[in-house]
Amino acid sequence: MFPAAAKRDGVLPGFRLGLGYTLTYLTLLVLIPLAGMILFTGQMSWSDFWATASSERALASYRVTFGASLGAAAVNALFGLIVAWVLVRYPFPGKRFVDALVDLPFALPTAVAGITLATLYAQNGWIGQHLAKLGVQVAFTPLGIVVALIFVTLPFVVRTLQPVIEDIEAEVEEAAATLGATRWQTFTRVLLPGIFPAWLTGFTLAFSRAIGEFGSVIFIAGNMPLISEITPLLIISKLEQYDILGATALAVVMLVISFVMLLVINLLQWWAANRHTKSRDEDAPADAPGAIAIAGGRP
Amino acid sequence: MSIEIRNISKRFGNFVALDNLSLDIPTGELVALLGPSGCGKTTLLRIIAGMESPDGGNVLFGGEEATHVHARERQVGFVFQHYALFRHMSVFENVAFGLRVRPRKGRPPEAEIRDRVMNLLKLVQLDWLANRYPSQLSGGQRQRIALARALAVEPKVLLLDEPFGALDTKVRKELRRWLRRLHDEMHISSVFVTHDQEEALEVADRVVVMNRGRIEQIGSPDEVYSSPASPFVYQFLGNVNVFHHRMHGCWAEVEREGEAPGAGSIAFVRPHDIDLDAAPISGGMKAVVSHVHRIGPLVRVELEHEAETIEVELTRERAANLELSSGRTVWFKPRQAKVFPTGPTTAPATKQPFLF
Repeated sequence: MFPAAAKRDGVLPGFRLGLGYTLTYLTLLVLIPLAGMILFTGQMSWSDFWATASSERALASYRVTFGASLGAAAVNALFGLIVAWVLVRYPFPGKRFVDALVDLPFALPTAVAGITLATLYAQNGWIGQHLAKLGVQVAFTPLGIVVALIFVTLPFVVRTLQPVIEDIEAEVEEAAATLGATRWQTFTRVLLPGIFPAWLTGFTLAFSRAIGEFGSVIFIAGNMPLISEITPLLIISKLEQYDILGATALAVVMLVISFVMLLVINLLQWWAANRHTKSRDEDAPADAPGAIAIAGGRP
Repeated sequence: MSIEIRNISKRFGNFVALDNLSLDIPTGELVALLGPSGCGKTTLLRIIAGMESPDGGNVLFGGEEATHVHARERQVGFVFQHYALFRHMSVFENVAFGLRVRPRKGRPPEAEIRDRVMNLLKLVQLDWLANRYPSQLSGGQRQRIALARALAVEPKVLLLDEPFGALDTKVRKELRRWLRRLHDEMHISSVFVTHDQEEALEVADRVVVMNRGRIEQIGSPDEVYSSPASPFVYQFLGNVNVFHHRMHGCWAEVEREGEAPGAGSIAFVRPHDIDLDAAPISGGMKAVVSHVHRIGPLVRVELEHEAETIEVELTRERAANLELSSGRTVWFKPRQAKVFPTGPTTAPATKQPFLF
């Protein structure tokens, strides 16, 4: 009706400046380094690249890196959900302290975490000696990598879920209860689908962080080629041998795999978040007057 | 199924939500709990539903003790003010929820669930929305779906917490008439909470007026409006003019008839119970018109009388005949008044005198 008004950018000023800044920032910090890396690999011939990227040692390191990251993210998804749930739902003494504890892995230098965990889980460590009796060895095995990654990525799932769980309306649970649902049914059928997108976000964040983790892992992993060597470490060792091209080749492979996995998870998340709100403009909601037939209604 | 509430008390910290309250709701009645916010009406409804447990007292369903029965076993349908629909489920699945969560033994087969849900959706006249999600519906549609969902489990009692409070006036009016018809068709007991006196008076068989955790009066809509049991009920239901006897010499008569001479009394007069005339009327009082508001079919006139403001409601026709305008001198005379003694006793005077 008022074209002049429609052209304007809305009430929030600074759209152009803001977007320009965002694009420049992302280009400088993310796009240029990554593009540079890919261009740099262009110096290699395809057969060299393929030989480096698919060497036995490289393949084993991908398996360890992505496998351990998935494992750690999955464990944190489950226990992070429980921690977030407990922190939101139940009052208990020392709750604030526990809540602050969750952030600690963010604050601690990852190398410190790695050394601590390696000491604890070594065969003569506090925890390691008991596990050794059970025949479980954690330190210097792929299992140790998972433990380190669980520690480092703990806050992601908890912190993404907390606000979403806080937002759940009590009425929805009460409605489920009056309809005869047990607590478990209410949780699995009503609450869980509501927090699923956020849960997936937390999982993705934890997973991405785990893939890139280096400091804490190298102390506990043992770093045996083919068994407990992660890709970032392989890249470093190539750099130390001045095989810069080889290091970049591995980096590009990691970049591509990570990108594809994140893309898939993001699509899943987008689907989970949007399947209930698909808008159909032609049937916009309306309380049409007289939509309800009233028998004998007074005027 | 009948509901009996016996000596229920409930406190939240220092706040007394319900104070030793008893109420009987016979089978098949549509009862409105009416009162200002904070009077305990929602708390009472939630205690009936089993979502809140009372500090003392008992709730009986059909004569059986139900005070500590869990909400999921009470077989009540509950409708919330803000619908509380399951956002991630389609309309169909929302309504089917109560059937699907039943233990395997009592769960109807899929075909029967489908039939029952579609019948309920037809009942609320929204079967064409079965595959939509709640976010795609309007407020009125959402509340009808919430009602269908509550009815799907075949509740013995339907409880509604300000069911139409979040809707606009027109939809609200339609829905409350429709609720009345639905209640009559379903043959269940219904209790609904509202702070809207018009809603309570129009829909309910019986109105329970509550204030500060207590029941002020129980009666048919006509009873509570035309013979209020307390000053609170009188003031809460509709507009009212308050006359303290000291203000007017001629109200001395009230005091003479009152049981406690000297204790003082208050007279309440509804704005539509006052006659207004341009010429002096016998026994009438003189006043000056200060404002004239035309509200739909009515004209509300504010009069200035000895520094007191008095509200009078007239029909449009009558107001036009009187040629009312601000500053005009008129005479008024209450047709009917209700007198309550003030002071420690809150019981109303037994007489309902016609004054002058």
